Parts: sequence; structure tokens; C-alpha cells
Amino acid sequence: MTLVPDSEVEELRAAVRRFLGDKAPSERVRAVLDGDPGHDPAVWSGLAAQGVLGLVVPEELGGGGAGHVERAVVAEELGRALTPAPFLASAVLATDALLALDDEPARAEFLPRLATGELVGTVAVAECGGEWDRTGGRTTATAADGRWELTGVKTPVLAGDTAGLVLVLARTADGPGWFAVDGAAPGLTRERLSTLDPTRRLAALRFDATPARHLASADPAAALGTVADLAAVALAAEQTGLMQRALELTVEYATLRVQFGRPIGSYQAVKHGCADVYSAWEHAVSVVRHAAWAADHDRAELPVAAALAQTYTGPAAFTAATAMVQYHGGVGYTWEHDAHLFYKRAKSAEQLLGSPAGHRARLAERLGL
Amino acid sequence: MTVVDETQETPTPEYRRAVRAWLAAHAPGSLAGLPADEQLRRSREFQAALYDAGYAGITWPESVGGQGLGQAEQQAFSDEAAEHELPLYPFMIGMGMCGPTVVDLGTDAQRDRYLRPLLRGEEIWCQLFSEPGAGSDVASLQSRAVLDGDRWILNGQKVWTTNAQFADFGAVLARTDPDRPKHAGLTMFIVDMHAPGVTVRPLKDMTGRSPFNEVYFDDVEIPVENVLGEIGGGWHAAVTMLGHERVSIGSARRPRRSPLEFTSLAERARAAGVDTDPVVRDRLAELYAHERALALLNSRIRQETAAGRPPGARGSVLKLAGALQLRRAIEVAGLVSGADAIAWDPSDTSGDELALAINAAPSSSIAGGTNEVQRNIIGERILGLPKEPQVDRDVPFRELAVGTQRREGTR
Repeated sequence: MTLVPDSEVEELRAAVRRFLGDKAPSERVRAVLDGDPGHDPAVWSGLAAQGVLGLVVPEELGGGGAGHVERAVVAEELGRALTPAPFLASAVLATDALLALDDEPARAEFLPRLATGELVGTVAVAECGGEWDRTGGRTTATAADGRWELTGVKTPVLAGDTAGLVLVLARTADGPGWFAVDGAAPGLTRERLSTLDPTRRLAALRFDATPARHLASADPAAALGTVADLAAVALAAEQTGLMQRALELTVEYATLRVQFGRPIGSYQAVKHGCADVYSAWEHAVSVVRHAAWAADHDRAELPVAAALAQTYTGPAAFTAATAMVQYHGGVGYTWEHDAHLFYKRAKSAEQLLGSPAGHRARLAERLGL
Repeated sequence: MTVVDETQETPTPEYRRAVRAWLAAHAPGSLAGLPADEQLRRSREFQAALYDAGYAGITWPESVGGQGLGQAEQQAFSDEAAEHELPLYPFMIGMGMCGPTVVDLGTDAQRDRYLRPLLRGEEIWCQLFSEPGAGSDVASLQSRAVLDGDRWILNGQKVWTTNAQFADFGAVLARTDPDRPKHAGLTMFIVDMHAPGVTVRPLKDMTGRSPFNEVYFDDVEIPVENVLGEIGGGWHAAVTMLGHERVSIGSARRPRRSPLEFTSLAERARAAGVDTDPVVRDRLAELYAHERALALLNSRIRQETAAGRPPGARGSVLKLAGALQLRRAIEVAGLVSGADAIAWDPSDTSGDELALAINAAPSSSIAGGTNEVQRNIIGERILGLPKEPQVDRDVPFRELAVGTQRREGTR
């Protein structure tokens, strides 16, 4: 198990951080939130040009042929910068689903386009309430004359309002099955949802006899398990990036802000709170590196490592963001300050792939309890 | 891109295998129940065997009797050692704190004289910093050493001194110049614990055991060649030693089967039939997450150390987290065991073990620097947050109030 990134990984990190610092600073993040598509297309194509959207895609399919360690570093940087982008939807969920399924033609058709960012993909699994249902839920897939149609509602779906490719888990007569749906397919209604976190777009997708392509998969439920575990790793990486930046900004402010004649960071109440966030961040980084390493090198360890990553980082990141708002005082509660964006992203991320209690329950189960 | 470099963690699988085989053949097993002097005798025997086998002072230079190996080998040894209950407790202070400080700051003569016997378990060390009026604020200590010809004369009282009851030598911090500010007037000495004027009195801790002591120095003579570091450089020496101490405590591998670890508590839950209770499962999973996160951080810091980035003040993160984890575990133990945690059949030794662990836990939040001190270290040295205003930093020591005692009437 290697928990220290090598120099190439650190160079990748530096390059992505530099790019986001130049092209997606906080003002730019705020500027794109209300419009369509909810992210900056220039940032998206810039990320694609850096080759970071297809890191886990094999080279022969137009990807970087790297791994989850590298992808986690990119996710960490995107989390640090609170970058609104369909990375988690497209470069993580949709990409991982295609890799986990056994549909060679679909892989060859979609993965190169996902890797270049030309196509944005997502995965639609959750139904009303958010926990991922391995059965396909109440969305049904029926075949007539060899053509498949989907009927049902999936919500919330990451980047569901803009994705050009939606991979859906639906119930067939023979159990759960995976389907590819064109974002512009007839019979598909996409409704952008109101969200706690303005930096992450979520939508409800209504399928009404929507034409779909059945994707070959030996074990659709197991594939979902893999997709969920890998997403947990990427999201946890994002959460550690958020924690790190929240702490940096808080420490900076606590050093500058003077009250009662002293910088507030000199008071133990504030200093100790920052120390606790730092300590949690160091733990979170270790947990995430372990999980990313397991994703690349020890798939038997991945289920526990992934559940551990979400169990640890979700609440830790929210605590860091809460501390950020708190130690900024009234300033931190003000719309103009970025603290609330960290707070909202952290809370949203904590629930995105299932509740913290759900992650703990999964972890307990995977530990054989 | 290649990311796997297994060598960072296990550079020598053969080394680990050799350690494992050696421990399997030579670990003496539990000494519990034996008389104290017999335990000590067997501990010394085992330490000598460790030395002869090449497993004492793994990272110490060869010139002083160490093995001159890296952190990776040390880590491999610690990992394997955690599988056994090894009787190394009497040597913990010497090996973890005093010895490394003598390696760092000692004269050639001091290294020649002290390090080999320490490594071989022939001489046991203790560390004499804390005083009744100087706990967290170590630099406000009042023990005095006065130069008298070719020797120093030491007077004062130390307290909470672990292992002083069987120590042969101590690293003692004493004030040598009360006219200078408190940090500047200190010197560290190597003191012979068998010298006339040294009195050791056992102190009971809250578990009812006596692992630590009060130590009195009455006109104890210390030869001038026993200054460790510089005269007046005691604070630097103390910081050096405390750095080793934090790493040593923070990275200590508890034996795997501590009653307050996840595995033990999960077993208790199964035995009590509460392992299907959703609340118990939730809290156990959370406990595991924090325990594993700390273990992974430990591994990561050791890998970084092996790769050339020393832990520095991050030892404080490990120490703090270890202390907080115990508190979390005690809560889970109560949840899992219910009334069995407070009353049990006298024949049930697991009840005694849990009770001892619960009663011993507070020491981890105090010894070697309180949680509050660790948070200050993290806040100030790692995050760079400003210190609290220090009103005593530049005042001559004799003008200060220290501990709970009133200021000397000199101002």
C-alpha cells in the first residue's frame, strides 16, 4: 500500500491547481452558477485538454490509461476550488459504469467522447430519496421487437439536465439491467431541481416510453456496486480538497482578523478548532489515498476502503466548512463571502451518495458485523 | 504513470519475514502475574536478545551500536512486534526519548558510555522534566543546579517520572541561571539515579498502579562531563527530546488486542448479542473508521519519513488523535457492555482488562503533553497561527510566579 504520491502525481496536481486558479477562480465560479449549463464550458474543455477527464479510460479508447490515484488528485483539486463541472457525473460515474459493464461496442462508442469532454455522461440510479437501489427501482424496461423502452422517474441525477448520455439502471423481466439513453431522446423529460449546493446541478429525469439501448452486463447489480464504490472514492477526494481550502482560508483570516487587541487565531478556542480540522484533514487524506490505491491495486479491499472513505470524509468536511463559517463570524454568514459555498457543497456532498448513517451501516456490514 | 512503489513500505520483505520468525521463536509471552523483579529480569533478558539479534536501535547509527537502517525496517519491526505482547516497557523512555537525544546532542564520550548498555537493556533510563509547579509549562521548573568546581550540585523535586523506580540514569532538566528568562536559564544533565541524594518515591496513578514516581534531589553531585548539550541550552535539548517523545508515543503500536480497539469491542458486542442493534453497529462502524483512519495516517507519515519527509510537529496529530480515539472507544464500550462494564464476575479477566483500560485512558490525554498542548503545537507550528501573548517570555525567572505558587517577593 502506497500512501505517498510520486512526483508525476504531484505534477498533475500542480498543473490542475494552476489551471483552476487561472481559469476558475472564485469570481468565475460565482458567475456561472445561475446560468446554463451551470458550469463554464471553457473550464470543461480546458480540463479535457489537460487529459484529466479520461484518466481511468484505457489509452486505446482515447483515455490517459492512468488510474484512480490520479483521478482522485484531480477530484481533490476540483473540490478545493469548488469548481462547478460535471466531473463526478461524467468522468467518474458514466465512465466507471461503462468500464464496469461488459458492452464492448458501447465502450468503444462512448468512452473516447467522454474522455475528450465532447460528450457529458451521467448515471441515473436513485429514485426519490437518494439511496441507490440495486434492483432498478420502479423504473421499468420493456422490449418490443428488439427495441427497449424505459418508463419511470430517476432523481436526483447529477448533471441530469445537460448530460448527453444517461446510463440508467432499470428493472427488466429478468432483473436489473443497464440502459443507455440519449439526453435528447423522445419521451425524456428533464427537470432541473432546486439544490442546497448551487455549485452542483441535479435534475429529475422522467422516462415515458423512452427509447433506450440495452447494455450487456454479466452482473448489473455488481457493476452498480463497483460504480458506487469508485464514486465514493472520487467524492471523498473532492471532500478532502474542500477541507484543505476551507482550512487555509480560515487560518488566513484568523491570522489577520484582530479582536480585543489580538489576532483571533491566537485564542485557544479558535486555534484548537483549527487544529482539530487540520487533524481531521490529515486523517481524511490518508483514508482517501488508501481508497484510491485500493481502487487501482486491491479490488478486494475496495468495498471496505470506499465505505470508510465516505464514512470519514463526509462528516469531517462538513465540520471543516462549519468551522470556516463560524470562525469568520458575521463575515462568514454573509452572501458575498465564499464560506457559504463551502458549507453548502460540504453538506450536499455528505448526502450525495447516501447518508452518513447509510455509509456506516454499509461499512459495518462489510466488516462482517 | 506508475504510482506503486511498494519499496516505500516494505523495502525488504525478507527483513519482515526474518523479524516475524525471530519474534515467533523468542517472544517470551505474557509476564503478567510474575513478581516485579522477575518481570524486570526477563525484560532485560529479552532486550539483550533483541540487541544480539540486531533488532535494538534499528534506526540508530552503527557507530553507537545501532543498526543504521531506515524507518522502513523500523516500521516492519513495529508492525510485527504489535502481534506480540513484548516486555519492552522498562526501556520505552530510554529507547524512545533519552537515547535518541544522546545520539543527537551527546558528546562522543557520552555516546560511547551510555548507548550500548541502553540498547542491551543493561541500563534503564528515565526522563526528569515535570515538577509539581511545572507540567505543561515545563520551562517554569524550579530544580536548581549550581556549578561547584568540576561538578554541579542539583537540588529539587520532580514528579510523574515514569520508570524512575528502576532507572539507572535520568535525563534531568534543571535551572542553572535564574537571572535569565525561563527558557534561557536551563541545562540538561545525565544524572546517575543511584547517586547519593537521589530519593525515588512511587506515586499511585488513578488505575491504582505505580508506574510513576516523585524524585527528590538533595545536593546530588553531577560531573561536568554529564551536561547533555550546551550549558544554558537545556530548552533546546528538551525540545529535541520532546520531539522524540511525541513520535515515540504517537507512533507506538498498541498490541492489537487492546480491549478498547474495534476488534475487541465488536467481539464483545457479538458475545453480548447486541451486534445486530443498529445503534451499536453505527457506533462500532464509526469507531472503526476513526481507528483505521489513524492507522492509515500513521502508515502514511512513516512512508513519508522513509521517503525523506520527517513527521515534525505532525507527531502531535497522531498523539492527539490516539487520545481522542480512546475516549470514543470508552463510549462504545459502555454502549456494548452496559452494566457488564461496571460490574463483572471476579473470574472474568476481560472485565478487569476493560476496567484498567478505561481507567488508564486519561493518561493519554495528559502524559507527554496534554491534548491542549498538542492543539497549540498543531495550531502554531503547523498552521502558523499566532501564539498567545506570552507575558513571561523575557522576564528573568526569579521574578516570575510559577505553578500555583506565589511570585517570589523580588520585584
